[in-house]
Amino acid sequence: MAQVVVVTSGKGGVGKTTSSAAFATGLAQRGKKTVVIDFDVGLRNLDLIMGVERRVVFDIVNVISGEARLNQALIRDKRVDTLSILPASQTRDKDALTRDGVAKIIEELSKDFDYILCDSPAGIEKGALLALYFADQAVVVTNPEVSSVRDSDRILGVLQSRSKRAEEKKDPVKEHLLVTRFDPVRVERGEMLKLEDIQEILSIPLLGVIPESESVLKASNTGTPVILDAESMAGQAYADAVSRFLGEEKPHRFIEAEKKGLFKRLFGGRAA
Amino acid sequence: MSWLDYFRGRRQEQPASASAAKERLQIVLAHERIGRTREDFLPKLQQDLVAVVARYVAIDPGKVNVNLDRGGDMSTLAIEIELPAPSAVRMVAGAR
Ligand SMILES: Nc1ncnc2c1ncn2[C@@H]1O[C@H](COP(=O)(O)OP(=O)(O)OP(=O)(O)O)[C@@H](O)[C@H]1O
Ligand SMILES: [Mg+2]
Repeated sequence: MAQVVVVTSGKGGVGKTTSSAAFATGLAQRGKKTVVIDFDVGLRNLDLIMGVERRVVFDIVNVISGEARLNQALIRDKRVDTLSILPASQTRDKDALTRDGVAKIIEELSKDFDYILCDSPAGIEKGALLALYFADQAVVVTNPEVSSVRDSDRILGVLQSRSKRAEEKKDPVKEHLLVTRFDPVRVERGEMLKLEDIQEILSIPLLGVIPESESVLKASNTGTPVILDAESMAGQAYADAVSRFLGEEKPHRFIEAEKKGLFKRLFGGRAA
Repeated sequence: MSWLDYFRGRRQEQPASASAAKERLQIVLAHERIGRTREDFLPKLQQDLVAVVARYVAIDPGKVNVNLDRGGDMSTLAIEIELPAPSAVRMVAGAR
């Protein structure tokens, strides 16, 4: 049976799609058969971040409405062969996604894949609820910033009350905290929430800390999940998070402000 | 990052990835804007093609693969239909 993992946050623009792409690629790199589904109907973006936008023929709504078969809508990644992408529809409205339709898709995917990642849209409306409904595990993406932490708390409440597991009174959805866009310098200056503070408030296990990094923008420009940029701090931080997700012990990196040398201070070197 | 990389990195990599972004966006948006004014014909095209082929051979609709590559000047659409063994083909043809 596949594990269904939702990547969610409540708040928009915190790094769900970036994290879904990185995480799915990372799991697939470890040989896990992985499919990542874009639930952001009407505003699809995962295809761009994964670099498969030119190859989209069918989408999840075509599958639900019976216009295409699931295997026709799946896009096989050309870099990592155990990875597939199921794009969202760009033209239909959100109501085209139905719970029964999604249930069928997840059931069918469960036969062939080890991990089904669901990239949730922002908010706590229909699309976000559907993305998390079938989850066994949740990666809650949070920025070190008050409104993001509050929204994460909100979405944790939704996971605990409105997921399938909650409704059927099964074991709860396993929750993981992923702090992204973390800037140790600004945290040290007291401009951003500290890691310990976020953890204390949300009190769920910390899966990883992804530093604010220019390499994320570069990766999205070229359509390469940032985890494939093994030189970058963000890529390495995502790789560590995937390892922890699979049960390995890894110390957290990139959480302390780098002590800047004179040269970097003069020229303002930034995170790569 | 050594100080040499610092200069190299700034000058070269940044513009390279931004222009890749622009090119990718131009292609995908050109196609999406067309799609906004008229119905996406791909699902229908596929159904029609499969129906035509099915008049001659008994095919499994699950074994039809559609591959698309959208380009700036040209797009390619490859439809791969797995045909059954020759014996099955003859049976359908003979029955007509
Ligand atoms: N670690 C990071 N460092 C720098 N920029 C980042 C980082 N993570 C994400 N970003 C940037 O933040 C923006 C939003 O990221 P992304 O699209 O992944 O968020 P999202 O949560 O999926 O948004 P939405 O809620 O709209 O779906 C993007 O411009 C992305 O490049
Ligand atoms: Mg997103």
